[in-house]
Amino acid sequence: MSQRVVVTGIGIYSCLGQNLGEVTQSLYAGKSGIVFDQQRKDFGFRSALTGMVQEPDLKNQLSRRQRLGMHQPAIYAYVATKEALDMSGLDIDFLEKSETGIIFGNDSTAASIIEAVDRAKEKKDTTLIGSGAIFQNMNSTVNMNLSTIFKLKGINFTLSAACASGSHSIGMGYLMISQGLQERVICGGAQEINPSSMASFDGLGTFSVRESEPQKASRPFDKDRDGLIPSGGAATVILESYEAAVKRGAPILAELIGYGFSSNGDHISNPSVDGQIRSLRMALKQAQVTTHEIDYINAHATSTVVGDGSEAKAIYEVFGADVPVSSTKSMTGHECWMAGASEIVYSILMMQHSFIAPNINFENPDEDSARINIIPETKQQPIDCFLSNSFGFGGTNSTLILKKV
Amino acid sequence: MYINDVKMNWEEVIEETRDFLSEEFEIDRNLILPENNLKDTLDLDSLDYVDLVVLIEENLNIKITGEDFKEIVTFGDFFKLVRKKLAL
Repeated sequence: MSQRVVVTGIGIYSCLGQNLGEVTQSLYAGKSGIVFDQQRKDFGFRSALTGMVQEPDLKNQLSRRQRLGMHQPAIYAYVATKEALDMSGLDIDFLEKSETGIIFGNDSTAASIIEAVDRAKEKKDTTLIGSGAIFQNMNSTVNMNLSTIFKLKGINFTLSAACASGSHSIGMGYLMISQGLQERVICGGAQEINPSSMASFDGLGTFSVRESEPQKASRPFDKDRDGLIPSGGAATVILESYEAAVKRGAPILAELIGYGFSSNGDHISNPSVDGQIRSLRMALKQAQVTTHEIDYINAHATSTVVGDGSEAKAIYEVFGADVPVSSTKSMTGHECWMAGASEIVYSILMMQHSFIAPNINFENPDEDSARINIIPETKQQPIDCFLSNSFGFGGTNSTLILKKV
Repeated sequence: MYINDVKMNWEEVIEETRDFLSEEFEIDRNLILPENNLKDTLDLDSLDYVDLVVLIEENLNIKITGEDFKEIVTFGDFFKLVRKKLAL
């Protein structure tokens, strides 16, 4: 029998703030987290713009051995996950005796690999790389570190699906629980922000070069956009069966009612309206809701002409002109592997506080964005049900629908 | 002798070693005494020996292998090995 799946904890560490309170304020204020990073210019980047998050010092929280295997993705994910576990009322004593798993989205560990290989080349001795590097370098760094730290006993793997990784991780956790295979799964997404991780992406020429105005550079759906801005951090979403959540008196923040997905099976980087429409329709069908029941769409839109245009066409085709839409990437930049999870966290915060965060820098629509209802300024409005899109390189699409309980 | 361009005598090498071991393994440096057990005091697991090799190379500029640790029980044994490698 299919189990109902609810969210019982969220956590965030992003360029909009280092915890849920700070991020809620930034979302409401329409505050951008984008900065000019001189280090990128010196490196040879075409664009020095990035979302900026500080690297937290975990010395007082974790042992030396626990810290050694962690580089940016795992470090950020630890902070977000600790916040989510605290909110959910889950501690290590409970976790090690329960059926709790982890499926986290991550798709790179570039900086740690380069640092390790450079060291081996310099010393001409692989022993001198040190013992922590292998656990930093593997793409599964987040789940291997967090499952060890939090003593998790359930499903344990990483999900890599480019910029839809975070969203699919939540979808996969949802399937595990709804099928009765797990009581509880820690889902999320992590994204390193160092130059090594984004150099090859910058090389494609797809990043905004509006360097004189960093906070105006990310402009999803706006006619005058000139590219996306990379960003990062981590977001955690704790999914649990409704039954298990009620049994332990956990806070229930929302119910996950639909997971749609598709593959374009076409170009490696270009989006597909058809692929996106199939993902949207699958999620709606599974959630058994009509398009009129969706109060808000958190768009994938990253501030590229082709990507934003294709999503606007897909939304118009499926929903028509009325449903409110915003892309929080206008404030965060593109959080890539993390985005699908962070945008669920942002949308749940909006649902909790009854507002729609603005699509900042949306000043002039183009032909496609003029046909949908983009919210350019913070709007007070109850949200009972929302939808979040994530689309990634390789044509991987994911759509999630959540509602109030 | 010179280690990483700094002139040191043997006593200074021992003090330097106590410093970097206590800092890396996050223990009280006063526990690093010749008669104390190296593995138990530093709470070493199999992975930590790799980091010990890295630390010694970085701080004393000498190479120690996994084989070298087979004979080491106490910090006294460890200091003897270091002295031998430094040829002091």
